[in-house]
Amino acid sequence: MNAQPLLDVRNLGVEFETADGTVRAVTDVSLEVMTGECLAIVGESGSGKSQLFLACLGLLAANGRAVGSARLLGEELVDRTERDLTALRGTRVAMVFQDPMSTLTPHLRIGRQLTELLTDRGLLGASEARQRAVAALHSVGIPEPESRLDQYPHELSGGQRQRVAIAMALMAGPELLIADEPTTALDVTVQAQVLGVLHAARKRGLAIVMITHDLGVVAGIADRVAVMYAGRIVEMATAAALFEEPAHPYTAALLASVPRLTGTQPERLANIEGQPPRPHETAPGCRFAPRCPSVRDLCRSTEPALQGAADCRVACHAPLPQGWVR
Amino acid sequence: MNSAGRGLLADAWRRLRRNRAAIAALAMLSALVVASLVGPALSKYSIDHVDWTLASLASPPSLENGHWFGTDSNGRDLFVRVWSGTQVSLLVALLATAVSLVIGVAWGATAGYLGGRVDDWMMRFVDVLYALPYMFFVIILTVVFGRSLFLIFLAIGAVGWLTMARIVRGQALSLRHQPFVDAAITLGLPAHRIIARHIVPNVVGTVIVYATLTVPQVILFESFLSFLGLGVQEPLTSLGRLVAEGAAEMESAPWQLLVPSAVLATILLCLNFLGDGLRDALDPRQR
Repeated sequence: MNAQPLLDVRNLGVEFETADGTVRAVTDVSLEVMTGECLAIVGESGSGKSQLFLACLGLLAANGRAVGSARLLGEELVDRTERDLTALRGTRVAMVFQDPMSTLTPHLRIGRQLTELLTDRGLLGASEARQRAVAALHSVGIPEPESRLDQYPHELSGGQRQRVAIAMALMAGPELLIADEPTTALDVTVQAQVLGVLHAARKRGLAIVMITHDLGVVAGIADRVAVMYAGRIVEMATAAALFEEPAHPYTAALLASVPRLTGTQPERLANIEGQPPRPHETAPGCRFAPRCPSVRDLCRSTEPALQGAADCRVACHAPLPQGWVR
Repeated sequence: MNSAGRGLLADAWRRLRRNRAAIAALAMLSALVVASLVGPALSKYSIDHVDWTLASLASPPSLENGHWFGTDSNGRDLFVRVWSGTQVSLLVALLATAVSLVIGVAWGATAGYLGGRVDDWMMRFVDVLYALPYMFFVIILTVVFGRSLFLIFLAIGAVGWLTMARIVRGQALSLRHQPFVDAAITLGLPAHRIIARHIVPNVVGTVIVYATLTVPQVILFESFLSFLGLGVQEPLTSLGRLVAEGAAEMESAPWQLLVPSAVLATILLCLNFLGDGLRDALDPRQR
């Protein structure tokens, strides 16, 4: 890495104290997000992809704890006081959530919610903030932004609300946007609109972390992809390399389970046999070993480390050979 | 398209207007407020004027001598005293409710939003205050600081906020984990802003309803204090005092009990109807 990363996560772990003991949702994750790039985090439900970034923002549930290090522009985020984090949120890093129906406060007019941060921090006066809000709504493709400002969230459709939520997150000009499944709750056509908005924001230099389990979304927007399985990153590669030549068996299986529109249609959609391990099960070895088609003895005893070239790392004792074709 | 948008309150008002009982109650209350303000000026007597011209000091209602509601046992005009008492009772009720509302909402929302240890300590403090016999507390207050109208607001408000705090805290606790609160946090808004802008307005429905139900409680409590002689001081009076005095004379001069009781009962009934209507109107599920 030549330049300083925007977000530098080192050996980050997330643990939850529960009645059944300590549950490790994320284990020893290291990754970096460069200025202006789009990193996609892919994984199935419960793989820890959301908790990883909630931990970076200090938004873990009360029984959650982050260990390790996450630096945003050189500033440590783990174990910071609420006050320090509040100063960073909104202006340096912002977040968009999955469900647009509930991320906007129901009784506040759109304009008020958009301008709240700017006027509260004293960054802009009320009328300038309002102008900025109009511009922000315009940039996310909301028609008649002027009159929308005086509407309440329930008067907007789901897609419009998600775009408003994105506009709101970008109001104070953060360098990094963490989008936690921003399209999951939306119709496909609306998904495309939202992705278009994120694309346009990237063109203006915004770095995006896209947390998703929709590989179609990943292919459309991501520069690099990190695949998470059971709280660990199992493969990290450029989007092109990952889709062309997945190195980890889990990535390959994941890609194989996506329905395709071209070629011969299989009788049944491919799936991955078995269940992901539960977070509090701690068996030695690779966590994917019980479900892995190319498992070896070594996989069951020793956990593989994430290794390889900077833009193509894999945690596997038996990575699929390059040039392997699905 | 309704581009101006429809606010929570505008929406609630529209639904309240359809509730006939609540609107009748609101009209009745307004009439009583106007009567209490204008009433004392209509009579030729003043609140502490003793009418020595009467055959007996406690004279029944009559149109001829101008004592429309009769006089009390000291020969003072009951019409003036009832409306002036209504003024005091409503004033105490509204101000004490406002005091308990402000403290209760702020305390409850803060405890509920912050949660954890702060919540524990704040709510245990409320529990401790709950455990104190508040009658005792009010008596001590009045004995130490002397009797004044202001102290009554303070005392009743100071006691009344406890339940409000508990109600609001419960609501805030459930709102805290709503996605829009997380969104506000990631937006970089400080906690006090989130409480004021995103939590409190969401509990407004519950709070308004509880407040309308608190007003009658406060009026009754003030009546109780006055009954014990801890309420407002002569020559000022309140509905509670008038009822207490009337009760003492109810065999010889029943009008002294009936008139203030009728006014008090009407106010309480109206407030309960109004509170009921507001609860329905503000319930978001009715949308």
